[in-house]
Amino acid sequence: MTATLETIGLSRQFGALVVANNIGFRLEAGARHALIGPNGAGKTTLVNLITGRLTPSAGRILLNGADITALRQDQRVRRGLVRTFQINTLFKGLSVLENVCLGMAEHAGAGGRMFRFVGARRAVVQQAFALLERLGIAGDAGRLVRELPYGRQRLVEIAIALGLDPSVLLLDEPAAGVPAAENRIILDVIAQLPASVAVLIIEHDMELVFRFAQRITVLVQGAILTEGTPAEIAADARVREVYLGERQHG
Amino acid sequence: MAGASPVQQLIRAHRLRLIELLPWLLAVLGYFGFGDYLPLGSQILIMILFALSLDLVLGYAGIVTLGHAAFFGVGAYAAGIYSVHVSGEPLSGLLVGALAAAVVGLASGAVILRTSGLTLLMLTLAVTSLLSAAANDAGFITGGNDGLQGVAINPILGAFSFGLFGRTAYLYCLAVLFVAWLFVRRLAHSPFGRSLAGIRENAVRMHAIGAPVRRRLLTVYTISAAIAGVAGALLTQTTQFVGLTVLSFERSGAIVIMLVLGGAGRLYGAFVGATLYMIAQDQLAEMDPVFWDFWIGLMLVLIVLFARGGILGLTDRILRLIRRRRR
Amino acid sequence: MLDAIVSILFLGLAYAMILYIVSVGLSVTMGLMGFINLAHGVFAMAGGYVTVTLMNRYGVPFGAALLLAFIAVALLSVVLERSLYARLYGAGELEQVLFTIGLVFMSVAVVRKLWGPLPQPITLPAALSGQIDLGFRTFPTYRSFLIGFGLTLTLLLWLGIERTNFGARLRAAVDNRRMAESLGINTSRLFTLSFALGSGLAALGGGLGADILAIYPGYAMEYLVYFLMVVAVGGLGSIRGPFVAALLLGIGDTACKYLVPQLGAFFIYLAMIGLLLWRPAGLFGRA
Repeated sequence: MTATLETIGLSRQFGALVVANNIGFRLEAGARHALIGPNGAGKTTLVNLITGRLTPSAGRILLNGADITALRQDQRVRRGLVRTFQINTLFKGLSVLENVCLGMAEHAGAGGRMFRFVGARRAVVQQAFALLERLGIAGDAGRLVRELPYGRQRLVEIAIALGLDPSVLLLDEPAAGVPAAENRIILDVIAQLPASVAVLIIEHDMELVFRFAQRITVLVQGAILTEGTPAEIAADARVREVYLGERQHG
Repeated sequence: MAGASPVQQLIRAHRLRLIELLPWLLAVLGYFGFGDYLPLGSQILIMILFALSLDLVLGYAGIVTLGHAAFFGVGAYAAGIYSVHVSGEPLSGLLVGALAAAVVGLASGAVILRTSGLTLLMLTLAVTSLLSAAANDAGFITGGNDGLQGVAINPILGAFSFGLFGRTAYLYCLAVLFVAWLFVRRLAHSPFGRSLAGIRENAVRMHAIGAPVRRRLLTVYTISAAIAGVAGALLTQTTQFVGLTVLSFERSGAIVIMLVLGGAGRLYGAFVGATLYMIAQDQLAEMDPVFWDFWIGLMLVLIVLFARGGILGLTDRILRLIRRRRR
Repeated sequence: MLDAIVSILFLGLAYAMILYIVSVGLSVTMGLMGFINLAHGVFAMAGGYVTVTLMNRYGVPFGAALLLAFIAVALLSVVLERSLYARLYGAGELEQVLFTIGLVFMSVAVVRKLWGPLPQPITLPAALSGQIDLGFRTFPTYRSFLIGFGLTLTLLLWLGIERTNFGARLRAAVDNRRMAESLGINTSRLFTLSFALGSGLAALGGGLGADILAIYPGYAMEYLVYFLMVVAVGGLGSIRGPFVAALLLGIGDTACKYLVPQLGAFFIYLAMIGLLLWRPAGLFGRA
């Protein structure tokens, strides 16, 4: 069976530095998959490679069996491959509602329309608002993102991605820097995602990872160390050594 | 207004507010009130149009350029050369100016918009300098250093001839600016216009939500170039002369200053900034031409330190303060 | 023909040295703080005016005048950096561009008010005027001196960056500011220091080059494009990049003016556009 997302021999070098080394990774349909590894292991780099923000030095990327290695970022997004960012990457000078609407307009293929007013697509705006309600930030819909505290901005980060109606969702440390109250909301939202969406989550919080993931991949120094079920990973001595050991002083 | 939900606000954002008619009221009043200053009035309208074109690129899309005079200049020369060698018909002259500038915008944009930061800034500058050097070298067709002589413009629509104390010129510029404003306003409130604001705010995220960022930038760069070309063509037609200054670095800089003075990314900053700048230049520069530069410089420094968003931004902030007091 | 080539190389080299001395500081500060400083030419212009005024009005010898110009402008730049520039380090490109252009406008107006619009004449000391015989042909002494001085200075700068503690910290900070800060390097003070040094060097270049780049109120605007070209083509944050770029520009510009006076400027801009499209981060910059 073809995986929803698959990388074959994916590599990337910066000069002599290898940040992704021959990565063969599979994300199955409807997966709840976690990617873990110590700082600097190349987790975000892998997301950047998969989404096309970085071009690989070698290797291929398949989405539902189709080779997308040569596609631009925006073309991959239109095929349902959507990500969030580890550090908030938002339209800070625009309102929360508009942040979500921008994405939805692109998703509807209307982002380049010149001779229609934004407001004419009333349904899109209302849909965006409903999404904000689901995330508990509808009260801030009219405020500029810049004016929100970081934790709330984190929810906008996820709202934009959800508005794109992804079939593959790559979440780069969605709960990083978020206070407990918002953390709950984020986890609930992720848990409620439809089963048709394949989710890959990068996360440092082991408790969260073991609660959420059905499979875990461990990345060390740009290469996959091992992959397995949470129980297998928890029992793996090598993982303990490189990763859990690191966590204790990190 | 204060009670409207964010959804309603966004849906209604494009509706015409009464205050948006104020510039046009003033412009029509100006026609009767300017008297001897009517030619200055035409100049102001032209600079507003030029600043409006820049607002699309700089204010909306966030491309920092020091080379927008390239398109103004190309439009000015194209319209001038057209009138000398082909026809003195003004409306087709505008079209020629727009097309020529759009071609230059598309060609230069296609190569330079791949870069960013200092490199992009340098490239915008270099393109203008390149065109200026070319206009200087190609004296056989541009008149080189002496400027293009012999521009003669026929009556508009065969009925209204230029030269009656600049009355025709003023109304002509006003009509063109009005049409351009309708177009730019439409664009600013369209999904395309909002996606430009998205690119300005965060290009990385725009890529990640599936927007073809580079194509959008190239599109707006070309449209903006065409409008700037129309502004340049208007200058040629109303002054019946084209000199090398249309392509100068000073002009690129001045138009950025005008826009920022009024407030970039707000559609009306161009109106406020260009008007104030042109009037101040006319008055101050005559009184003390040596120190005019100083005041402009000081104003820029103060705007950056205390009033980002220009005069309109400042007005906004004051209004918000007053409203908050009342509550 | 050979004679013409030698002349072009010689004149271009002298010109390149001035461009380099003025621009190198700009490259370092832009690389370090990512600050687009369009007012860098002002420091060179100020250096030129201080040098020329000290010499013409107060009879200070050339060398001493240059030294004083270096010190005065370096101090002035520290005041500016701490009081104004530092407020804009996190700001956007547009703000930095507008702010520094504002400074250019103001300084141009002040200079024009104080010194008038005409270029300032410089009387070179006797030892630097006339010709020098290098055996196979004679060269103008002043330009020969510029070349020698420029090369020496380049060597000193290079040694300073490669071999001293200050240089090592500077390189670390340009390379990765956050990392440098976490290692306990005070990048803010480092920047003030390198800003002062860069501005002082610009002043030195302005004074030294007064006979090549005329000292007049338009200086800070007119030559700005050239200084920026050196930095953009060379690559930000590098010492070597601007040197190569200055050589290319100095010799190229001289050659164009000499060989195709009509189209000179055109080719220079075309070459720059080509270079920047080929290597957007400059010859020695990191992409």
